[in-house]
Order: sequence, then C-alpha cells, then structure tokens
Amino acid sequence: MSQKTTTKTTYHIPVGPIHPALKEPVFFEFEIDGEKIVDVDVKLGHVHRGVEWASRKRNPIQILYLAERICGICSYCHPAAFTLGIEDAADIEVPERAEYLRVIQGELERIASHMLWAGVAAHEIGFDTVLFLTWEMREKIMDLTEFLCGNRVTKGIMTIGGIRRDITKDMIPQITKSLDYLKDNFEKIRHIFLDDKTVKLRSQGAGILTKDDALRLCAVGPTTRASAIKKDVRVDTSYFAYGDLDIDYITPDILTGEVNGDVYDRIIQRLLEIKQSIDLIEQCLDIMPNGDIVSEPNIPKLLNQLKKVEGEGVGRHEAPRGEVFHYVKLTGEDTPFTWKVRAPTYNNILPWIPMLKGEQIADIPIVAASTDPCMSCTNRVGIIKDGNRYELNKEELHRLSVEKTRRLMR
Amino acid sequence: MGNNKTVEELVKYFKDEFKTKIKSIDIKTRAAGSKKKETSTIWMKIDKTVFKDVIKHLVDYQYPHLPVVSGNDLGKNIELIYHFTVNYGERLKEINFHISVELPKSKPEIESICDLIPGALITEREKQEFLGVKIKGIPDDRKLFLPDDWPDKVYPWRRDETGPEKYYKNLHEVNKK
Repeated sequence: MSQKTTTKTTYHIPVGPIHPALKEPVFFEFEIDGEKIVDVDVKLGHVHRGVEWASRKRNPIQILYLAERICGICSYCHPAAFTLGIEDAADIEVPERAEYLRVIQGELERIASHMLWAGVAAHEIGFDTVLFLTWEMREKIMDLTEFLCGNRVTKGIMTIGGIRRDITKDMIPQITKSLDYLKDNFEKIRHIFLDDKTVKLRSQGAGILTKDDALRLCAVGPTTRASAIKKDVRVDTSYFAYGDLDIDYITPDILTGEVNGDVYDRIIQRLLEIKQSIDLIEQCLDIMPNGDIVSEPNIPKLLNQLKKVEGEGVGRHEAPRGEVFHYVKLTGEDTPFTWKVRAPTYNNILPWIPMLKGEQIADIPIVAASTDPCMSCTNRVGIIKDGNRYELNKEELHRLSVEKTRRLMR
Repeated sequence: MGNNKTVEELVKYFKDEFKTKIKSIDIKTRAAGSKKKETSTIWMKIDKTVFKDVIKHLVDYQYPHLPVVSGNDLGKNIELIYHFTVNYGERLKEINFHISVELPKSKPEIESICDLIPGALITEREKQEFLGVKIKGIPDDRKLFLPDDWPDKVYPWRRDETGPEKYYKNLHEVNKK
C-alpha cells in the first residue's frame, strides 16, 4: 500500500482486486480529495492463468477449446481469433457458407454480451427491474444459441477451416422468431436507457473519454467508437463474410448528432450495435450460399497438415468489447511455438484513468462498467484515511452508487 | 483521411528511408467471403538501431493503432513484434503492419515508444516481465500481471534456463507417494 496516504488533502482508496462493476478481479487505487477522484492506479494479474504457456503442450485443435475457456462471455471470439491466426499462418481456405455461419455466431454473441452489459449497467445505478428486463430478453438469445450450438455458453462451434454445425432451412423460422422478439422489445429498452431522466443524470457527462485520449491510448471497440473514432475490425478489414455485408461504422452521433464520449454515449453505442447485429444476422440468412461448412472434416489429417506448417499468422476479430487479437507462430511441430492472446480489455485499461479522474466515488461502478471490462469479479473495498483502514465492501460501494441515483431522482 | 498510402506506397516510404536497415519485407494478402474482398498485411523485419526512428516515421505518416506487442524466444535472440494497424476508419482499407525487431539475449534492450504512443505502456510492461527485455525510458516499470513476490530473473515466456520450468508441477505427480 502506498504511504502517500498521510498527506492531509488527499487520501487513497483501494478498490478491488474484486471489481466493483463486474464479477472479476482487478485492483484500483484511487487518490481521493473529498469525494473527487484525483488519480487512479490499476493493478492486474489476479486471474492470470498462464493460458499462453499452457498452449505449449496442446495441438491447435486442443487450443481451440482452451481458448474458448479464456472468457465466459466471449467464448466464441477467442477461438475465432485463434482460428483466423492459424488460417493466416497455414493459408487455409474456408468454405463460403462457413464464413457466413461464423458471422451469425459472432453477432449472436455480441447481442448476448451487450444485453448482459445493459443489465449490469442498470444494476450499477440501482435499476434492478431493468436488469431483469434486459436479462429476460437476453435469455431468448441464449436459448437461440443453445438451439444453434447445443450449448448456451461454451459453444464449441468454431473449428479450424470452418464451423462445426450448419444452419438448415428448418431452423430458420426459429431464428427469425427470436430476432423478431428482440426487435419488438428493443424499443422498450431504448426508451428506458435513452429517455429516462435519472439515467441521463447519472450517465451524461460522466466518465468522459476524449477522442484524442481514445486514439493515443489505443482504446478498442464500443469504448473507442463512443468517442467518435471510426474503428471496427468488421468494417476495416475483410474477414469471415463481413466484406460481403452491408455494414458501416456506428458512432453515437448517428442518433444524437454529437459525440461527448461519456457513459451515456457508450450506452447509445451498445444499443445501436445490438440493432446492427440483428441486421447483420438477417443479411447473412438472406444471402448465405450453399455448400460445405468445413474445409477439412478429418481432424487427424488437418493436424498432420498443420504439423508441417512454418509461419506466423495474426487473427483479429471484433468481439463485443472490441478487437480481440491473437498472434500464432508455427514452427513445424505438433504445438504452436508462440500463441499470444490479447483481449480487448487489455487496451481499455489505460483509458479508465482519464475517464475516472475528476469523478466521484459513487461514480466508480458505472464508469468502470461503461467500458464493459472483462477480467473476472467483486467483493471488498478498503478505504485508507490518514493511515487508518476502513473496510468498504462491494455492497457498500454499490449502495453509494444507488444513493446517488436516488438523490438525483428527488 | 484522404491521403492514405497503399501497401506498395507504404513499403516504398520505409524502404526509401531506411534502405539496408530493413532486413526483410513480406506482403501477404488474404481474401474472405463470397466476394473475395482482400486485406493486406505487411511483415517487416528491421535492425534494432533504427527501431525508434521507424516508429517515428510511422507516427508521422498516420497515428497508428497498436493492438499489442508480442514476442518470441528464438534461442540466441529475443524477437519483439510490434503489431500496428494503419488506414483504419475507411471501409476495407485497413492494413496490418507488423514490425519485428530482434534483440540479442546478452543485451536485450530497446527504447520505449510510450512517448510517441502512450497506449503502449501496458504491453511494454508485460514484455519486460514475461520476456526479460529491458525497455529503456519506460514511464512505469512495475510488474503488470505477475505478483510482486515473483522471483527475479524468471521470465515465463523464455525457453532457456531463465524460463519458468522449475516452478511448475505436473498435477498427476502431486501427492504421489
């Protein structure tokens, strides 16, 4: 713990390693002047599991399933990026139909993840009814995921050179039914988040990330787009079937005409992206060509091919939280020589610092949650004031946040 | 972003400036989907003496996005690969630009690029602790992921005697009599 705590004007408050927003460990140390945050330090590594190192004893197909377990929410995008990396290194052609099926899976995951986030954000500012409303809608997407993959969370759908399950004609009505349900209920969610006075009071002008900071700190995903930077791997590059689809950058000014880079903009951003994802899935269902779904169904044969490959590859996929980046180096052995995983939150850590500076303690949960961090969880917060330690638990911090909302509602 | 360079122009821009200091350049293009739209990737290996200058030139051309820096232990040398992307913000115009530099294990030192790209801090800190390279001029050289009581001179991504081998146990051997 820092000893600067003895200064009279400011004191330090450590938050974490159990995180106040999402159920994952990250440690913040805030320097506080009264209620105002003066400085922020972030410490990581509480759930570093050495996944990259573990890959040294696994072949590429086994790594797919390891990659899937990096994150519980992004259980599609890590194997997707890894597969893209391997396909890049080994020059594997993927059947066209598989490329479209991959887009559908990716967008389904985005809807589920953004819905989950919307619920968490509502919970952080004390609207638990909205939490249940959004998660009820998310449940339909989880059901659809189960229908398409056989599993709700670890989908096991990705494979090198294609995808493992096809979408047949008789499955399409079920998909359209779920998407229609989402579209019908979207207005409800939009109204709650974007028109409610209290949500606006809590989120507008809070946690501002300027365009310049977002660029310089290499932010990714909805966090950077909500600060008006047009950066989206799906639009910028051609991978999967995204090159064929009608897709454009989404920034919050599409709806409001201006970009502030605050929490409110990040809410708008994600809601617009849910709409975009529904549209992309529908486009895919419309124009998906027929054909194979995997280039080499025989896995031992595929592994034998990969064993002979020497080269490097990079896979980039736009995950719900932003660009996920995997680097793979193959050296003609059973296992890849190097596998580097870079999840989107890795790049969205530094942007937290300008976002949180100048905010109040009660704003920590919603501002921290607004980047949708994916590290893993929440429990304990201690306040150090003039060398005395006060324990402030997650519930306490949450209570502060809820109280602020209540104050604003009066 | 009206004056985006194409892959060829970008390669020429660096070749003209750094000539023999560029060890190799590979251009790779991959197509995807039914319409076979393409995205290009440049892999450039450079000498470490011009490293900072190359990054400066890249920033002068356009502020790049730096997803991450990855690294390999190649035996005698440590390779660092700075993965950049440029020309983003326009439909299908983005170019992946990977700049690789090799550092001898006897003196694994490289300049920090945080003054040019502040967002590089997290990944530079990670490279220091995981590969045992020294980033000169890094604004914050604390550990990032590894715990504070992690032993000195043990680097998880090394494949030599400084690797983590002696610290791990095989689960099937634990508690065996």
